[in-house]
Amino acid sequence: MTLSTLLVVSATLFCLGLLAALSRRHAIFILIGIEMMLAAANINFIAFWRFGPHTAHPTGVIVAIFAIAIAAAEAAVGLAMVIAVYRHFRTTNVDQFNQLKG
Amino acid sequence: MNSWIMNTVWLIPATPIVVALLILSLGKTAPGLSAVFAVIGQIAALIMSFVAFFPTLHAHGFRGVENFTWFVFGNQSLRIGFVLDPLAAAMMMMITLVGLCIFVFSIGYMADDKNLSRFFAYLSFFSGAMLGVVIANSLLLLFIFWELVGLASYLLIGFWIERPSAAAAAKKAFITTRVGDMGFFLGILWLYHNSGTLLFYDNGHGCLESAGLAMLGTSATFIALLIFCGAIGKSGQFPLHVWLPDAMEGPTPVSALIHAATMVAAGVFLVARVYPIFSVGAINGVTSSLAVVVWIGVITGLMAALVAVAQSDIKRILAYSTVSQLGLMMVSLGVGGVAAGIMHLLAHGFFKALLFLGAGSVIHALHHEQDIRKMGGLRRAMPVTFATYAIGMMALSGVPFFFSGGWTKEEVLHATSSWPSSHIPHYLMLVGVVLTALYMSRQIIYVFFGNRRAAEEHPHESRHVMTIPLIVLAVCAILLSVVLTPAWPWLESYLTGHAPQFDSRLLFQPMILFSLGLVGTGIALGVWMYHRTGELDPLQRKLPALFRFLENKMWIDEIYDRTIIALGALFAWLSDWMDRYVWDGIVRDVGAIGQLFGKLTTGTDERVINAGVDEGTVGAQGFGRVMSRWHSGQIQPYLGAVALGMLALLLLYAWLG
Repeated sequence: MTLSTLLVVSATLFCLGLLAALSRRHAIFILIGIEMMLAAANINFIAFWRFGPHTAHPTGVIVAIFAIAIAAAEAAVGLAMVIAVYRHFRTTNVDQFNQLKG
Repeated sequence: MNSWIMNTVWLIPATPIVVALLILSLGKTAPGLSAVFAVIGQIAALIMSFVAFFPTLHAHGFRGVENFTWFVFGNQSLRIGFVLDPLAAAMMMMITLVGLCIFVFSIGYMADDKNLSRFFAYLSFFSGAMLGVVIANSLLLLFIFWELVGLASYLLIGFWIERPSAAAAAKKAFITTRVGDMGFFLGILWLYHNSGTLLFYDNGHGCLESAGLAMLGTSATFIALLIFCGAIGKSGQFPLHVWLPDAMEGPTPVSALIHAATMVAAGVFLVARVYPIFSVGAINGVTSSLAVVVWIGVITGLMAALVAVAQSDIKRILAYSTVSQLGLMMVSLGVGGVAAGIMHLLAHGFFKALLFLGAGSVIHALHHEQDIRKMGGLRRAMPVTFATYAIGMMALSGVPFFFSGGWTKEEVLHATSSWPSSHIPHYLMLVGVVLTALYMSRQIIYVFFGNRRAAEEHPHESRHVMTIPLIVLAVCAILLSVVLTPAWPWLESYLTGHAPQFDSRLLFQPMILFSLGLVGTGIALGVWMYHRTGELDPLQRKLPALFRFLENKMWIDEIYDRTIIALGALFAWLSDWMDRYVWDGIVRDVGAIGQLFGKLTTGTDERVINAGVDEGTVGAQGFGRVMSRWHSGQIQPYLGAVALGMLALLLLYAWLG
């Protein structure tokens, strides 16, 4: 297993996440896409740490753990917003959310 | 004793002025009270003048001086002060005594006037200003009071403001005297420039004392002539005499005050006061400035006496006689007879006030008729007025022995006869004496003798309040001759600062008989010419051209109208034209340029700036519209944009390196 294999995996995962976030209409699925992109970033952190010059200290792992924690918080906020928006609009279809239209 | 008198001498002019302000502040509420106040103020001034008179009696040539600094500018200080000498004391006695008589007379004469308080306020102010002129020890202070006298005369001549002729006469008096005052002021400035002081007497440093006079040098002649300009204006000398007869438009007591005690006396007094300046560099008592004084006086005296012969207004005759007498005084001063001139001024003050008040009494009795041709036979109806008027007439004509005017005129003629330059003034003055006797007898015959011409009137003697001042003045006019005789020339010695000596031989001189003959000729001529009081004046019948010439005052007013006033009118018209078409045109052109500029900026504003801003806003609107399309409000296009942006950045990174 080499660094480039891992980077290809993470890039693929990021592209899938981006595709999901851009194309799905359901708000929950957009959140899932965002989580996938975060996971791709985490894979990159760990991959660069594992194949980098300083492997003695687990810096990549720690950054990944922080990112997971922040992603959890973000997911909580995002889900809460989805619920709040659903209560207001009675839908989770993001095409309907156009109140910020200029 | 002298110091406290000098410290308080300023109260003499201050009292009438304060009284005037007091009366004015009372308003119209109590006209009777205003007369009482004015008379009390005048009595107070008279008493104080009397007190101030005493120290000048004790020492011959007494001169008290009180100077103080008015203000300081730079390292120079302007000092003014008061002086008390025989000249000032005698003048003050005359002014206050004559003034008091006139004030009392006014109570009766002006009784019906609704502006009585204003009248008495002005009279009081007039008297106070004149007293200030007399005791001023600085040419500047004298000038201030001099102008106050001019102001008071303006207010009083124009007292009956509802009459256009009175307003015009007041204006004429004010402006004519202003012409002379301009010269006077220039003289003051020149004097200050040369001598550095305007004080008359200042322990040897004053401008009339030898050290000050030495600093004047050759310019003394010009300074003296400039100062004399002021005297010409104030004392009604030729060519500025034209205001004096017109000043008859004022109430008769005012005419009396102007002609006897205050206004016209100021000019003669001024020349007497600054006489040392006139006589700088005198050879045999003759200087060129004094010669000018003599000739101006001669012209004035003779011209006014001639004009008086052909006047028909009772007050105008007296006015021209005043002008003539003032000319005589000027001649006397010019030939060196200062004491004689001042003595004539003092005596003239009494008898001219008497004549004017007598004329006022006649006018009052005839309900403001002033034309002597419509009077006549008043001697039975008004015996007191007639008797006092006759005394005044004889004093003015110069009947010797019993009347003050006779002695003083004698002195003046004596002074002119000994003038070394020329004898012509002396002979012309003798002609003037005959003319004076002639026109005074003409007047008295027309007014008091003959048949009643105005039969429908019922004239009656005036009230006591008017006749008593007449009697007092008549007594003064006679009693004054006691101190004027050449046998015991007390007043002359008093003025010149010598001890009087009694010499009865001097009482009868050939000169006296000669002048008696002259006066007698004049009166006889008058009686012979006018005893048949026909409709036409005898002179008018015999010499109509001459009469017309004199009746119209030698057309001097008309000449002024055609020359100086026409020139002024032309200049005014030219200025008006310049103003209207040249200056206004320039102003209008400047305005037009401004308007043009305004139009230009308006155009720029509307066409360029406004249009530009409009274009800008339209553009901004369009841009906004375009940009607002990007704001779909939907999350996913935004996200897509972010992704594209990131991709672009990545590509840029990869491409750059």
